Amino acid sequence: MKLVTAVIKPHKWEEVREALETFGVTGMTVSEVSGYGRQKGHTEVYRGAEYDIALVPKIRIEIVIDDGDVDDVVGIVVKAAQTGRIGDGKVWVSSIDSVIRVRTGDRDEAAI
Amino acid sequence: MSSPLLTTLAVAEHNTGDTAWLLASAALVMLMAPGLALFYGGMVRSKSVLNMIMMVFGALAVVSIVWVLVGYSIAFGDDVVGGLFGDPFQYLGFKGMLEDVVSSEGGLPVTAFAIFQGLFAVITCGLVAGAIADRTRFGTWLVFAAIWTILVYAPIAHWIFDFSAGEHVGGWMANKLGALDFAGGTAVEITSGASGLAVALVLGTRIGFGREPMKPHNLTLVMLGAGLLWFGWFGFNAGSALSAGNTAAIVFVNTLMAGCTGCLAWLLVERIRDGHATSFGAASGVVAGLVAITPACGFVTPLGAMVVGAAAGLVCAVAIGWKYKFGYDDSLDVVGVHLVGGLVGTLLIGLLATAKVGSVDGLLYGGGLDQLGKQLVACLATFAYAFVVSGLLALALDRTIGFRVDEEHELSGVDLVIHAETAYDLHAATGGARPHLGGGGHLGGSS
Repeated sequence: MKLVTAVIKPHKWEEVREALETFGVTGMTVSEVSGYGRQKGHTEVYRGAEYDIALVPKIRIEIVIDDGDVDDVVGIVVKAAQTGRIGDGKVWVSSIDSVIRVRTGDRDEAAI
Repeated sequence: MSSPLLTTLAVAEHNTGDTAWLLASAALVMLMAPGLALFYGGMVRSKSVLNMIMMVFGALAVVSIVWVLVGYSIAFGDDVVGGLFGDPFQYLGFKGMLEDVVSSEGGLPVTAFAIFQGLFAVITCGLVAGAIADRTRFGTWLVFAAIWTILVYAPIAHWIFDFSAGEHVGGWMANKLGALDFAGGTAVEITSGASGLAVALVLGTRIGFGREPMKPHNLTLVMLGAGLLWFGWFGFNAGSALSAGNTAAIVFVNTLMAGCTGCLAWLLVERIRDGHATSFGAASGVVAGLVAITPACGFVTPLGAMVVGAAAGLVCAVAIGWKYKFGYDDSLDVVGVHLVGGLVGTLLIGLLATAKVGSVDGLLYGGGLDQLGKQLVACLATFAYAFVVSGLLALALDRTIGFRVDEEHELSGVDLVIHAETAYDLHAATGGARPHLGGGGHLGGSS
């Protein structure tokens, strides 16, 4: 089992969700997060005073999937979230030891 | 009409129309206090919005009471101590005013005039709070508000607002000097700005001033507050005509015009200097224009008012940057907007006043430099007195009962430390609140 984590631009989130649903991903966890990468935040101006806002709002998506689906899912997320401009985000994959469904106690593949 | 049941000291012939307008205007000026609370509240960080609002509400409560007790008497009693202020005992606790007495302004119940003036003291005090956001002890602020009303506001109001009439001897600025100030460029705007500067210098800069972002947390509150201030300002200015007539109507138009040109002028500066016209700039420009037209509104034409508002918008939009250059933490720009805007408006009377509207011609209407000189003296005297006395008062309070919160409390936020509240519960499920309602687990605290 793998955990796919994607940090993407907020306005791309709906496209990514639709693409994943079409593929058959049945659930995900989504959080509003902030961070920065190479684009290094942005500037805001209040009464003439410039503020360097280091953190940029992002959406983080977390999906637990079977090993066999990893390439497809990562490909779908990257394709849907891509604008080609700086700040599009990152996707990473990590291994998971165990998954338990809280309602039934099912474990691992049965719980996904 | 006088009531036969009341003792009449003067022959009370009330003008009911004027009285109705004055009372309505007083209520409009009162609305400026919560308007200012929202205007300021939106500008601070979310951890101190409640404290900011509370400082303005606290000023409303304290200054109103002090005004009725002794403030009005100091401002509008007969000259004592060489004209520095009015007799504090003459109208102590509104003594001798509750009988059906008409004001020396004519046709108005003196009590209506007195409370209208009292609400000016309230808003002036509230303005000072903007200079010391995020770091002030609430209890000390209330003590400051009370003493400041007596020592700073009431004497200056006496100088410029108390006109001699009959045997009554009024203040030096309005009567001997002959300076013009229709609704408070000196007593309200310059006084609040000079006092704010003094108190901000005594308290010192906030931790992280000039380094950390201290951006406004809610600009919709700022816009709403500016809107309420503008609405209330019609009572402030047009009510100062003390009559529901032609002057009030001209003043009303001038108040609208100056807010409009102030707004556009400030946005123009921002668009050229910063690249964007901002909502915060619009709200600030409206207020700057209104500040500047306050002293001038009864002496200039609507076209003159447009010039006054635009001048304030341009100058104030630049002046708000001075605090970073000179290092004083006037948190919400009371100096940049009210002191500077008040100076602009009070001085422009010397140029733009016309006898077609008021009683005097300024320089541009062939009146020479005479009036401008008088205006300058009034500005300097108001600034010097308010700055020095407010500064000494703040210093005395800081050395005795403490005026500034502890560093740790300032960092964690004054809302939580001083008031045991936070303004926004945006995470209702995970806010971590475990109920101990009313103390000891009893709802409502009953046992």
